[in-house]
Formats: sequence, C-alpha cells, structure tokens
Amino acid sequence: METLLIQFLNGLVSSMLLFIMAAGLSLIFGQMNVINLAHGSFYMLGGYIGLSIVHQFENFWLALLLAPIIVSALGIIIEYVFLRRLYGENRHLEQVLFTFGLAVIASDQLRRIWGSYVEAVSAPLELQGQILVLGISFPVYRLALIVFGAMIALLLWVLIERTRVGAIIRAGVYDADMLGGLGINIDLIFAAVFALGTGLAGLAGVIGAPVLNLYPGLDFEIMILTLAVVVVGGLGTLRGVLLGSLLIGMADTFGKALLPEFSLFLIFAVMALILLVRPVGLFSLNRR
Amino acid sequence: MASFRYLMMKTLRHLDEFLIWQSSHRHLVLPTAGFLVIIYPFVVKPYILSLGIEVLIFAIFAMSLDLLLGYTGLPSLGHAAFFGLGAYVVAYMNSTHELALGMSNNLFITAPLVMLATALVALVIGLLALRTSGIFFLMITLAFAQMLFSIAIRWSSVTGGSDGMTGVLRPSLGIGPWNYSFDTRYSFYYLVLVFFMIVWWLLRRIVNSPFGLTLRGIRDNEQRMRALGYNTFRYKIVAFVLAGMLAGLSGMLLAQFFWQASPQNLFWSMSGQVLIMVVVGGVGTLTGPVIGAAIMRLLPHIVSSYTQRWPTVMGMVLILFVLFAPGGIIGMLRGRIKNGL
Repeated sequence: METLLIQFLNGLVSSMLLFIMAAGLSLIFGQMNVINLAHGSFYMLGGYIGLSIVHQFENFWLALLLAPIIVSALGIIIEYVFLRRLYGENRHLEQVLFTFGLAVIASDQLRRIWGSYVEAVSAPLELQGQILVLGISFPVYRLALIVFGAMIALLLWVLIERTRVGAIIRAGVYDADMLGGLGINIDLIFAAVFALGTGLAGLAGVIGAPVLNLYPGLDFEIMILTLAVVVVGGLGTLRGVLLGSLLIGMADTFGKALLPEFSLFLIFAVMALILLVRPVGLFSLNRR
Repeated sequence: MASFRYLMMKTLRHLDEFLIWQSSHRHLVLPTAGFLVIIYPFVVKPYILSLGIEVLIFAIFAMSLDLLLGYTGLPSLGHAAFFGLGAYVVAYMNSTHELALGMSNNLFITAPLVMLATALVALVIGLLALRTSGIFFLMITLAFAQMLFSIAIRWSSVTGGSDGMTGVLRPSLGIGPWNYSFDTRYSFYYLVLVFFMIVWWLLRRIVNSPFGLTLRGIRDNEQRMRALGYNTFRYKIVAFVLAGMLAGLSGMLLAQFFWQASPQNLFWSMSGQVLIMVVVGGVGTLTGPVIGAAIMRLLPHIVSSYTQRWPTVMGMVLILFVLFAPGGIIGMLRGRIKNGL
C-alpha cells in the first residue's frame, strides 16, 4: 500500500512535468499549426542554463526565474528569424523538418557546451529533506513540484479561458486569418505564443532537473513522452493535455516500478489503445 | 569573395552545359553509369570501396522512405524501426543456427525471413499509425521507433543491450552442395549492387504503375481519391508495409557488412538521417534519395577533417535545404534545366 502511494505521488510528479511540456507544445501547435520537435531541446536548454546559474550564484530561485526567460528569448529569435518564413498551408513537413534540424543541432551543441556526463542539480535548501504524507515520507521538493505544476495548470487555464489575451489566442486557434482581419497583430500573437511555449519547456527543464538529472539524450526521451501525451490527449486543448499527461505519467511511473524492462511498452499499450478508439486523441480540437 | 563568385558561376555554367548535354544524350548516361559502378571496386582503395557499399545500402533505405514520404505523402519519422529490426533479425538468426537449419546466413533463408518479420511489424505499426495523418502520423511513427529502440536497449538477454549483437556473418547464397559465400569486400559490393538494382527497378515499376499513381493521388488529395471510390487506407497500408520490408532488407545488408546489429540503427538519429537524405536529394524522386544517401554518407568524411561536430553540420544542411531549396538537389537541377533551356 505504501509503495503504491509513493508510486502514485511519483506518477503525479512526472505527470506535472509532462503537463508543463505538453501544454507548451500544444499551445504552439494550436496557434501556429507547428509541431515543435525541438521542444525537448528547449527543456534541456532550460535545465542546463538553470544548472549554470545554480553553479554560479548558488541560487535555485534565480535559475527558476531567469532560465525560462532566456529560453523563451531564444525561442522568439528562432521564431522571428526562421520559423516565420515557413508559415502557410501545406508547409507542415517543412516546419517539422526545420524544428527537427534544430533539435539535431541543439543536442550536439548542448553536449559540446555542457559535456556528456550526468549532471545533478540539487533541490533548493528550503525544499530539501523529507515530509510525512499520509503516513509515508516523501521528498519535499517533489511534493512542491506537484503543487507548482497544479498552479501552472490553473494559471494557464485562467490565462486562456478567462482573459482577453486568452480569448485572442483561442480565436487564433480557430481562424488566424480572420483574427488578423479583425485588426489583431497576428505576428505579435504568434511570437508571444511561441515565447510562452518555449518558456514553459525551459521552466520544466529547471524544475525537472533535481528529479531527472540532466544528461545527453534526455531531450529526446522527454520529447517522446511529450509526443505520447499529445497523441493520447489530443492537441490544442488544455483539458486533453492534462488528461494525457496524467495517463502517460502514471503509465510511465508504474511501468518502471512493475515491469522495469518494458516500461515504454506500457505507454505504447496505452497509446495503441487510445488510437484504436479515438485516432485524434481523447480531446482534440475539431478544426474544420 | 569575388573570386569565389567567379568560381561558383563557372561551376554552374559547366553544370548547365552538362545538363543540356545529357538531356540530348540520355541513351549514353545509363550505360556510362552502369560501367562506372561495375569497375568501381577495381579502381578505388578498399576504404573508398567500403564507403560505396554503405552508400548503396543507405540508398535502398532512403528510396524505401521516399515511397512513403515522396510518393504517398506519409511523413514517417520512425523509418529506422524497420532498418534496425532487419539488422536485429538477421543477427538473431545468425546467433541461433538451428533456427535456420544450419544455414543461418544463407540469403535464400535470411532475406525472406527478414522481410517477413519487418512486414509483420510494419503491418502492426501501420494499422495503428495510419489511423491518423499528417503531423500525428509523424509523431506516432517516431514514438513507435523509439519504443523499439528502448526494447533493444532494455531486453539485453536477447538483444545484447546497448552493445547490440555482434558476430553477424557475411551472407552466402546456394542450394545444397553449391554454396557461394560473399566473404570478400568485392563480392559483397556486387551483392549489394544487385540488391540495389532490383529495389530500384522494383520501385520504378511500382511508382509508375496504376498502384503508384493511386499513391500519388492520395498524396495530392486524399479526400478526392476517397470520393472516387478508392479505399485509400488499404493503399497506404500496402505502401507502408512495402517500405518497411525494403528498409528491413537494407538493415540486414548493413548488419552483414559491419558484422553487427547496433541499437543505433533503431535510434531517432537514424530515422532523421534517412529523412535528411531524402530531403537533401529530392522528395518524390528515386534518384534524389540515392544522391542524398551519397552526400550524407560521404560528407562526414570530408567534414571530419575540419570539425568534430558532424551532427551540427547535418542539422544545418537540413535547415538550409528546407529554407532555401525544398526540392532538394534534384529540384535545383530541374530548376536550372527549365531556366537554361
């Protein structure tokens, strides 16, 4: 029973990380129809920049604040210089190939800059140690991560469903051209959404580093899990992303605990099952 | 800078002259090319011969992907699944001799079994992945390939884990007492060349057949094809299985050439590399993937004397082609022919 509870909490931790990742991916897709295959690279970049800041200033909170901003600044530059040239109908493949090329370059350069060893980031002092949860001891940092993830989910929901900016973003999901025709600066919205999405990936990288560590190849591991989340949950809606990340996060954690050799196989099974029932994911946006 | 531009213009002028010349001497191009590939092993160093074998194997792999990407419009980012699977199947057969009646490296047995195995896996993956389209298809094929990779890494009792499986034998060919073994690099080159030509001929026939035209119709407008009464799902699954089989065949040849099956053959970077080959060479052609395979296998050897960071160069090549020459090298050449003539 105890191990079950611990696994459940660990499942929540990975679900929250996946949610923050997949929410960014889904936002970018919903808005600009681009699948950003470099999303895992932005996660890694966030984690490594966080690592460097922690090493330099010994301050995790500073890393938490700065790293996502740096990552999303880079995201804006990439969107403005390159991705913008590739918008348009029937150019999905080119966009995907571009972001894939970016991911290939990033994985090589990250290895060059930060080396190929496993790098551990320690949790901030305030959140170290264990805490009793329902009679079992559990790391404080992981518990804080669950709460933080839930807060991010709530904030995103409020931003998208309850604010004027969110209304514009939602309108852009359905018809970006029409939105432009109504006098909204669509280029600005695209850049902002891309910055938000990549910033979320960078944020996940910083807060995920004390749990998952940082090592070459993690970018693609995270990317695959994030893709599994959006395949299961569907792209373009927060509800789908939340459900998908809970399913995949739990399947991953319990799979690793129960069938260590075939944990990805469990995810595969979940994915296959959902694909058989609903090929576009549980909650997908009905576009046209 | 000025001299560089002069050099570029001169090269392009020569290229144009060659293109114009070859368009009126088509009957000379194929025999010349055939002659060159046949005498190739005798005029180059053994090291260069190995590169040639690699290029031919990867050309088969890239052409099989282009059947999906260029002719059917299915962007698979997990094609290495079948490539690596072919390598592992032949490695597994070689490691358990009794499985193939003591003839575990006989091509008459290995090639059909490898193709059968990859076809079955392609059928299962295809049945699931083809329920979706476009970007979802791309994500799902990537995810499936990555799962095969993680199985290869984790299930080490069978697959050898991250070391892969060594001890793959060069193939032999024969019935009963007559048996020829392709042990030398020279004989293996010709074997791969024969496979390459068979696959090339087969794909050429396929893409120009009514079946191939249907695939192109699906690529251009699937809804219209469906409205015309085609069961497009069935066509796509056949194309997917066929491409998987041919990729498995090329994976088998690679394993036999390097005497091993490695998890790297299943990794996303392999899927990416073959995709880059197709894009750089020219999507939707058969010559394009061959040119792309040649460039992407030869370039690292040229680049390595300048920089250790080959993946970065590869990513940049991909991005440059996507941004400035989406038709690949074939597209650029065609553009020049159109403008020049």
